Amino acid sequence: MSAPIIEVRIPTILRPYTNSEKVVSAEATTLEELISSLDSKFTGLGERLLENGELRRFINIYINDEDVRFMGSLAATLKAGDSVTILPAVAGGC
Amino acid sequence: MTLRITAAHVEAILEQSRAEYPDECCGVILGPEGSDSAQVLKPMINAAHSPTFYEFDSKDLLALYREVDDNSQEIVVVYHSHTETEAYPSRTDISYASEPGAHYVLVSTRKEIAPENEFRSYRIIDGVVTEEDVEIVTRIGD
Repeated sequence: MSAPIIEVRIPTILRPYTNSEKVVSAEATTLEELISSLDSKFTGLGERLLENGELRRFINIYINDEDVRFMGSLAATLKAGDSVTILPAVAGGC
Repeated sequence: MTLRITAAHVEAILEQSRAEYPDECCGVILGPEGSDSAQVLKPMINAAHSPTFYEFDSKDLLALYREVDDNSQEIVVVYHSHTETEAYPSRTDISYASEPGAHYVLVSTRKEIAPENEFRSYRIIDGVVTEEDVEIVTRIGD
């Protein structure tokens, strides 16, 4: 059985990597596979999401309504119909 | 570039920064997509609860972007306060800035300038900061 196709919402700042597409899709059963699959379609996107093999601190990724940090981060599993949203943190400091 | 903002929004942001002192306060102003019109003020919770850092709560952030998408809006302004330093984007502010279309507003309530304050606006694009004029108006066109 092939991996489910997952819809992924891309934030403005990362759309230069996706030919300005707001929503893209890729086949994956885990978040790690999803990022790898996205990176093979959209070169450089993976680098913006990962650092030393971990999710970057200032990138939030959600599966449906849940922050993946509460679902095992890169090991979080995906099933058909799941929707993934990528949002950069809104943060800063003096 | 110029930020046009109502006097009521300026006062509300300054009031929020005083109320949340010594922590940094934060929030956004939304407007119709593509309008660059700062209409709806939404104070956000600083999930970091810190005098030196602010961060929108991750669930609040998702809810905010869903609302913006559902209502065909955009984030026109992202604001936060500096409580002990100048109202100028810090290195951290610049590295986290991820809305190239937004006006980044900084207010400072540092005590050296009290009871005065600073209210300044910037564009932050690809790590480059450009200050812009702030035009305070009584109302923003619909």
